[in-house]
Amino acid sequence: MEIFGVPSALLGSQLLVGLINGSFYAILSLGLAIIFGLLNIINFAHGAQYMMGAFIAWLALTKFNVNYWVALIAAPLLVGLFGVILERTMLRKLYKLDHLYGLLLTFGLALIIEGVFRDQFGISGESYDVPDALAGGINLGFMFLPIYRAWVIVASLTVCFGTWYMIEKTRLGAYLRAGTENSQIVQALGINVPLLITFTYGYGVALAAFAGVLAAPVFQVNPLMGSNLIIVVFAVVVIGGMGSILGSIVTGIGLGLIEGLTRVFYPEASAVVVFVIMVIVLLVRPAGLFGKA
Amino acid sequence: MSTTKQPSALIKTEALYTALFVVGLIAPFAIYPTFLMKLFCLALFASAFNLLLGFAGLLSFGHAAFLGTAGYVCGLMVRDMGVTPEVGIIAGTAAAGLLGWLFGVLAIRRTGIYFAMITLALAQMVYFIVLQVKATGGEDGLQGVPRGHLFGLVDLSDNVAMYYLVYAVFSIGFFIIYRTIHSPFGQILKAIRENEPRAISLGYDVNKFKLMAFVISASLAGLAGATKTLVFQLTSLSDVHWHMSGEVVLMTLLGGLGTILGPAVGSATIVTLQNELADKVGSWVTVIMGLIFVVCVLAFRRGIVGEIQALIQRAGIR
Repeated sequence: MEIFGVPSALLGSQLLVGLINGSFYAILSLGLAIIFGLLNIINFAHGAQYMMGAFIAWLALTKFNVNYWVALIAAPLLVGLFGVILERTMLRKLYKLDHLYGLLLTFGLALIIEGVFRDQFGISGESYDVPDALAGGINLGFMFLPIYRAWVIVASLTVCFGTWYMIEKTRLGAYLRAGTENSQIVQALGINVPLLITFTYGYGVALAAFAGVLAAPVFQVNPLMGSNLIIVVFAVVVIGGMGSILGSIVTGIGLGLIEGLTRVFYPEASAVVVFVIMVIVLLVRPAGLFGKA
Repeated sequence: MSTTKQPSALIKTEALYTALFVVGLIAPFAIYPTFLMKLFCLALFASAFNLLLGFAGLLSFGHAAFLGTAGYVCGLMVRDMGVTPEVGIIAGTAAAGLLGWLFGVLAIRRTGIYFAMITLALAQMVYFIVLQVKATGGEDGLQGVPRGHLFGLVDLSDNVAMYYLVYAVFSIGFFIIYRTIHSPFGQILKAIRENEPRAISLGYDVNKFKLMAFVISASLAGLAGATKTLVFQLTSLSDVHWHMSGEVVLMTLLGGLGTILGPAVGSATIVTLQNELADKVGSWVTVIMGLIFVVCVLAFRRGIVGEIQALIQRAGIR
């Protein structure tokens, strides 16, 4: 079976990869947007923290024989805790300064984290086997669907929409939204804003680590896996604007799919297509698709 | 730095710059010229970057694109088209300026943190293009660029001759930056940095000034990149990589944001550190760079030159 002269199996598998990349874009840009909303900091270390999630899963399996499911919970908790420590000891000191300092500090942290992992594990990359329960695949007739890849999409969408629900529909989320609007007034109303900020950063970072664990069996676990990804995610954030949670999710997945399609029809451009779209969006709608001007 | 300088302070500043200039003239007889040439190229690169961040308040996280593009253009023209080095340098600078205009037009549509992310993303696009285009040599980079004869006369394969070319390029670039900062144009940039809405209400077309600053900064970064290609006779992917964009931020921050000599001092420090550390700690260099970043942001925001200026001021008051 062919669609536009392309075998449907190829089209299907590339769209699937696009959807997986798109869900990672969605989770990561969601985390960036939540952190930026309350802390006014762009977390450059987000990619490094995603990489840490993947490495913790790999280390847990190979060194301590801890399985995938435990790692899926434990890695985000550990990396989230690491984020909490960073926020309490360093980021906290920058809130009164220009936002750019937050970017520079987290850039430095990303260099440190990446450098340490590169020294310990080299840059060749480690492979992580798909857990037994999710191994194999289903033949859909027009394409072969590996179960693990389907799981990645389901799991990341669940986490994305869970986060959306928490922010839009719960009391904690209401505090968070209020804090994003005007943290001083929220503080005056008796809510512990510093604690809320710490929690928010920890949660955003944990989201990145969660994506990292999901990514471990799909991509190679590599100290540099986060840094290239995070630059694309920055472009995604510019395209979508950081004003809306659902907007981040939709933009992330949409761009992943477009990237997948580009890989089928014009592979040379697949690495730059997201940046090209960013250029177009900047020309047509500078505030971003879901941004407030 | 301010316009209300005492005459005596002005004389002191002039004496300082003259002294530094003379030191640069005799330096290659005391220090390994190749090291000095690398230092001056990166010092010009950082000073160009500082014009944008330190004086216009615009954080570009994609300045490697200008350094690298100019390097590739200059290298290709000198090696494959047989032009003389000065033509290669001018062509590289012009290419970087044009690219800077393109980046600027797009990036100034957003401010603050978005500006940084847009420049980073655009630079990454340039990186991927350089990686894929055949002419640039991909992973291998552009190798075997001859230094040639300046104006067809002076043989640049001699390190001392090359050094004086680099030193001249640096001095001209530095002078342009100095003049820009102290011109009415530079004052308007500062006004935009301090209070953009007020600058707009005073009738300035803010975006035009930002774009102009961006193009000047990109061109001078290109000037540094093209010269660097001639010095090392190669350009590689690392010149367009985001690591390089980060490095120039670090040099400027360490030396002193918004000070005139800071970026040069910062790049001298970083280049020396990298030279000294490379054999001893290997891959830990990145970690050390990261640590310096963190320390600078948390505890040393004025940078080396900024701290010295603050010390002198305090001493002057007493």
